[in-house]
Amino acid sequence: MRNLWLGGLLTVIFAGMAMLSFVWTPYDPTVLDIANKIKAPTLAHPLGTDHFGRDILSMIMVGARTSIAVALVAVGLGIVLGVPLGLMAAARKGSLWDEVIMRGNDLIFAFPSLLIAIMITAVFGASALNAIIAIGIFNIPVFARLTRSGALSLWSREYVMAARVAGKGAARISVEHILPNVANLLIVQGTIQFSLGILAEAGLSYVGLGAQPPTASWGRMLADSQTMISFAPHMAMFPGLAILLTVLGLNLMGDGLRDLFDPKLRRARS
Amino acid sequence: MEERGIVPHPGVAAPMLHYLLKRLASLGLSLVVASLVIFLTLEVVPGDPAAYMLGINAQEDTLAALREELGLNGSVVERYLSWVGGLLVGDFGTSYTYRTSVAEMIGERLWISLPLALYALALSTLIAFPAGIWAASRRGSAADVGVMGITQLGVAIPNFWFAMLMVLIFAINLRWFSAGGFVGWNAGLGAALKSLTLPAVALALPQASILARVMRSSLLDTLSEDFMRTARAKGLSRGQALRRHALRNALIPVLTIIGMQFSFLLAGAIIIENVFFLPGLGRLVFQSISARDLIVVESVVMLLVFAVIVVNFLVDLTYAIVDPRLRGRR
Repeated sequence: MRNLWLGGLLTVIFAGMAMLSFVWTPYDPTVLDIANKIKAPTLAHPLGTDHFGRDILSMIMVGARTSIAVALVAVGLGIVLGVPLGLMAAARKGSLWDEVIMRGNDLIFAFPSLLIAIMITAVFGASALNAIIAIGIFNIPVFARLTRSGALSLWSREYVMAARVAGKGAARISVEHILPNVANLLIVQGTIQFSLGILAEAGLSYVGLGAQPPTASWGRMLADSQTMISFAPHMAMFPGLAILLTVLGLNLMGDGLRDLFDPKLRRARS
Repeated sequence: MEERGIVPHPGVAAPMLHYLLKRLASLGLSLVVASLVIFLTLEVVPGDPAAYMLGINAQEDTLAALREELGLNGSVVERYLSWVGGLLVGDFGTSYTYRTSVAEMIGERLWISLPLALYALALSTLIAFPAGIWAASRRGSAADVGVMGITQLGVAIPNFWFAMLMVLIFAINLRWFSAGGFVGWNAGLGAALKSLTLPAVALALPQASILARVMRSSLLDTLSEDFMRTARAKGLSRGQALRRHALRNALIPVLTIIGMQFSFLLAGAIIIENVFFLPGLGRLVFQSISARDLIVVESVVMLLVFAVIVVNFLVDLTYAIVDPRLRGRR
């Protein structure tokens, strides 16, 4: 339970910062103020300023928006496409469908998501949307597999048998009886994929394949700070901490949720 | 009757051969589909590489000659077959921008990326095994809580940021390592490995954290098995039972993760190489993307995907050797 609370708290803080940034930030993160460039943290700028005099706290708040949006949509993409595929594969276990879906999944797993991102950007150019697609594609097999394995164990349950006897079709059983019972699994996995998505987005924008300027993003703030790290370490410190704490919060929350849903399965996260 | 805990030595019997053939067929199919996906994705790229290379003032006949030289004239099917045919014999085509053999370019870079990934994999395993075993054998103790806390951080830290922090501490402040670049293998094994050390540690830390957690949980699962109680009952000490029976049985999930990690390490190296300005495959890919040198991107991506698929295949085979029960399944 401690995990859940701590993780939930961290997640709420960063989600709150992202929401708040829509209506208020301490400074306008796009306005350059060269007179105040590369200032270490002060009262006026609690996290300091960057090489253009922009307020780092404001940029981190807006960056939270980018990270959360990209990761959230990517998880959504994985769920919307992966879960129905997993349900279908489980309902027709051993059929050609099942085989095609599962082999397709294996194939996507063979492409590390960064490689997918690289191919997509090589073709369509770098943007937040392409980062979402690259991360989202990798989420599809994750959810498809999880749904399938969760659903397979449910298909032999008595209440599913009863529903079949009552004349319900496979699609209806999947939606009415299977899906609600794999929802817990999906929520836990969703939290984990969300945290992986934040890390992936940060990595992609660090190498310039994510959101493009002037959209603030944590990864690009780190890329900008890299050459100045010897005399302005604060520029590298805070965006990195923001990523670390957000991911940590989501992971702790995922662990906590799993314990909450399934107390028997208090296993270490892999 | 299932014989858990006792793993008989497998001979190359008929079921093993059958399993091997089936896995080989699926390996071949995966590679064909992967190459198709990569080829077709990069096929839809707008623009003519020949026009890109020669600039806007190029004469039509020069363009045509260059297209011919680059093999851009055939149909899609012809070009796919010639690309794959080339790959099979180690001919990766000619770079559009450097006008040199792609295979040579990749070969040079591979001498950095591959040792880096292997170095990181070795570090990750060396850190994770003792940490995971230690935590599992003292479940619930301060040591366990400490290891789990550190791994929780290790999983959450972005490795390129960790790399930057290490540069700040070990290269800029302490001056133990250089901040980037690669001295080359000619400078001697020690010097070369030294310049790969910070990148390898940065790559290894998150992977070691994941691996340590898997090792711990897998070992905890085996420790509660009946055969462990039997082993203790027949007079083995805790340590002996752990070494002789638990570890071997706990290794299967760990092997899976090690196999998967190899692909993460290869892909992760793409980013880490950028932090340390290492002239490996990752930097080659980025340079090629900005130069629209798609044949290089295509070949590097195919090579990495090939490596991932083959490694996963080898991991599958290793399971079958470690645990004969798995041969029939899938």
